[in-house]
Amino acid sequence: MWSRGNRGISLILLVVLCVGLIGSWAAGQVYERTETLYVSGAAWGPPNDWNPFITWSKANTTGTIGFLYETLFMYDPLSDEFIPFLAESGEWVNDRTYEVKLREGMTWTDGEAIMADDVVFTFQLGQKYAALWFSPMLLGDKKYLDSIVQVGDYYVQFNFTNPLYQEWDNNLYNIPIVPKHLWEGRTEEDITAGTNENPVGSGAYMYDTHSSDRNVWIRNDNWWGNEVFGQPAPKRIVDIRFSSNSVALGSVIKGDVDLSNNFLPGIATLSDKGYVKTYYEGAPYMQAANTAVLFLNTTIAPMDDAAFRKALAFSINVDDIVNVAYANLVAAASPTGLLPALSKYDDQDAIETLGWTYDPAEAARILADNGYVDIDGDGYVEAPDGSAIALEVTCPIGWTDWMESIAVISDSAKAVGINLEDVTPDYGSWNSALTNKTFEMTLNNWANLSNTPWTLYNLLFNHPIKDIMGSGNFGAYDNQELFDLVDALAAVPTTDLAGMQAICSQIQTIMLTEVPMIPLWYNGLWAQYSDSVWTNWPTDGSNDPARLPTTWSGYWQLGGLLTLIELELAE
Amino acid sequence: MRRYFGRKLLIYLITFFLAVTIDWLIPRFMPGNPVQNMLARAAVRPEAAEVMYGYYTEAFGLDVPVWQQYLNFWNALFHGDLGTSVYLFPQPVSKVLRESIPYDIFLLLPAILLSWWAGNKFGAFAARTKRLDNTLLPIGYILTATPYMWLGILLAWAFGVVLDVFPIAGAYSFTMEPHLSWLFVGDVLKHWFLPFASLFLVGFGGWAIGMRNMIIYELEADYSHYMEALGAPRKLVRKYAFRNAILPQITGLALQLGVIVAGALVTEVVFSYPGIGYLLLAAIQNQDYFLIQGCFLFIITGVLLANFLIDIVYVIVDPRTRRGMVGE
Repeated sequence: MWSRGNRGISLILLVVLCVGLIGSWAAGQVYERTETLYVSGAAWGPPNDWNPFITWSKANTTGTIGFLYETLFMYDPLSDEFIPFLAESGEWVNDRTYEVKLREGMTWTDGEAIMADDVVFTFQLGQKYAALWFSPMLLGDKKYLDSIVQVGDYYVQFNFTNPLYQEWDNNLYNIPIVPKHLWEGRTEEDITAGTNENPVGSGAYMYDTHSSDRNVWIRNDNWWGNEVFGQPAPKRIVDIRFSSNSVALGSVIKGDVDLSNNFLPGIATLSDKGYVKTYYEGAPYMQAANTAVLFLNTTIAPMDDAAFRKALAFSINVDDIVNVAYANLVAAASPTGLLPALSKYDDQDAIETLGWTYDPAEAARILADNGYVDIDGDGYVEAPDGSAIALEVTCPIGWTDWMESIAVISDSAKAVGINLEDVTPDYGSWNSALTNKTFEMTLNNWANLSNTPWTLYNLLFNHPIKDIMGSGNFGAYDNQELFDLVDALAAVPTTDLAGMQAICSQIQTIMLTEVPMIPLWYNGLWAQYSDSVWTNWPTDGSNDPARLPTTWSGYWQLGGLLTLIELELAE
Repeated sequence: MRRYFGRKLLIYLITFFLAVTIDWLIPRFMPGNPVQNMLARAAVRPEAAEVMYGYYTEAFGLDVPVWQQYLNFWNALFHGDLGTSVYLFPQPVSKVLRESIPYDIFLLLPAILLSWWAGNKFGAFAARTKRLDNTLLPIGYILTATPYMWLGILLAWAFGVVLDVFPIAGAYSFTMEPHLSWLFVGDVLKHWFLPFASLFLVGFGGWAIGMRNMIIYELEADYSHYMEALGAPRKLVRKYAFRNAILPQITGLALQLGVIVAGALVTEVVFSYPGIGYLLLAAIQNQDYFLIQGCFLFIITGVLLANFLIDIVYVIVDPRTRRGMVGE
């Protein structure tokens, strides 16, 4: 009798649950395939907020800046040009005043006009709230932007005390403008930590819906950019978070997903066979997005010795990382770490005379010359003072490409007699070790494609040295001369190419002599796409100007949005 | 009766208190700092990083001594406040759980109840039926010994990839917005089926084996032989055997609940089903104290509540417990 009771109960519960789940859902629909673009690869977690000022979670709602909120300019890293966006133009009227003219006739998605006071309001938030990422330029003892003044309806003047031109240019395409009429009543907590649900923006797409594994964006048919850049063809964009690479790969091969920006090992073979499209037809298949750098903790012996660091740099077989760990999906990096797009700032003479390539014999020679010899005959060198050397190189567990790369690094180092093991802690403890200087060697790549070499040097030589190195220079390499050069670079006008090159050359000379960290390879802008529904994807040489096929947060302003606009429906 | 339940209730309360305390404590022993992890990718200038670190540490209430954090935690809990998630900042934990727990219940309840019901029925039916017994025994042992995750992967591969009849990820298609239509309900059930099936099959094997053994044991008992000697029909003998055999199975259900919930969590990860399984994994990787606490709070409460219900059921189905209580 109990078994019958159980069946009844479970059936009733099932029905109640079904009805409950369905009942709470509003009327929805099935998306038309020819109106919808399916993308994946940006989000690493469920959507958490649409607040453009919480920068670190924007990957989960990619498009919050770019679709929804927009910046004054876009920057095209491939042509090294700024594209006026919300701004119609911007210029330095003298060396301390920058003036922006907004486009006329733009509106927020609630119909209100976008005016100069919105821009002034947005920048002034940084003056009020120290917890906003861009506030150091407006607040505190390092501030260099004095006042923001509205001139008429469409002009804004920025008055600087001591402008850091490089950073300012970077901010021009990274600070999202928010509507004053909706944000001025908000509390500090709302602005720094609010979810900003049902957001009102200005951009090409609007928030439609979301669930834990997707974001759906719907086209804004009244977008001001329709006349300037053209209207994007997809009516809806569904941004999917796949739980595993294999599901992502299957979906893009079947054509269920149009653009995948996940890192998928083995894509080279699939691209060669024509199952997916990639930017280049042959190696490295992908454009370069950032530089993977081996950080060395210079507060721990023997990484405090430049000779040891240099020997390590000569010992690493980067070709094995490129060919084996990545199966040709990446390219080896310049010893300066600058991306190919910024190669005009590379000092070729310095690289020629001071740089390094894979050369185990040279590595062994440097070690021997500096007193690193194998005393106890275990096959590994000891430090000049006779103490044993046993080091670890780390990356978070599950980051398969990096795990294979640190295995190559470990093998390379062992081949020249350095006892180096590869270890993979979980992400949380890896991150803590990274920022608390408790790691020995680890990989990091947190400087994205940018308009200026300062972005990379700000990561590599972040200063001053503090207990917690949260935003760069994780190995705490301390060199005041170098820090002064990085600061000087930040203050060079971005139009002064020779001035920038001169300082970069000095920085690179120190970097190549001292080897505070070792740039290894360029991580790719992972992108594989299907032609089955949407075409005109960027490929090498096919489109002019070239574009970035990516959905990663922070890249919509780097031309990602223009890629979307140029898509066409397949016949 | 009152004394019996009073004592049970007290034990459950103490268990709850201890379990929640351990659940609060363990994440805090993990190396690392959740706020640092959260802000690590903000990539800002050091001045901003320092201010932001202080600001958000305070916002999470992590700037006070640990004992104070513990008291604050209980205080907030009694006010229904589970804190703010670090991993999903700025979402409140209670909201995150509200969105995922329905999926867990939708998966767990049918899987637990149906596998228990079907397993017992089938086990009882198969016992002493030679041909069925010979096939059931090995299959049941294999099923119940299979790790949930492994069976999940096998099912996903067989039905999702090779046969391509069931989707292998998500709770409903990426081409749909939730709405009330047969198409959508069918889609939801299709996505639900494989994770449900992996939980169901493992449970089914275990219950069937258990019931088969119990029935054989009961059929050998004196009362069965006595009834047979009296000429009672086979069906009636088996009915009495079943009633006796079901009691240990009920106790078994209470004991197994924790294991089944843990199994559901990994199954959800395999099928990226949006319950708390995937959340908990991410929360642990990101040292999200508050989300870990919230997820475990749900598991603890659920398991204890179910145990309590089973206690009540036991009193109802087993007359001897009732008589024992009255006799006390």
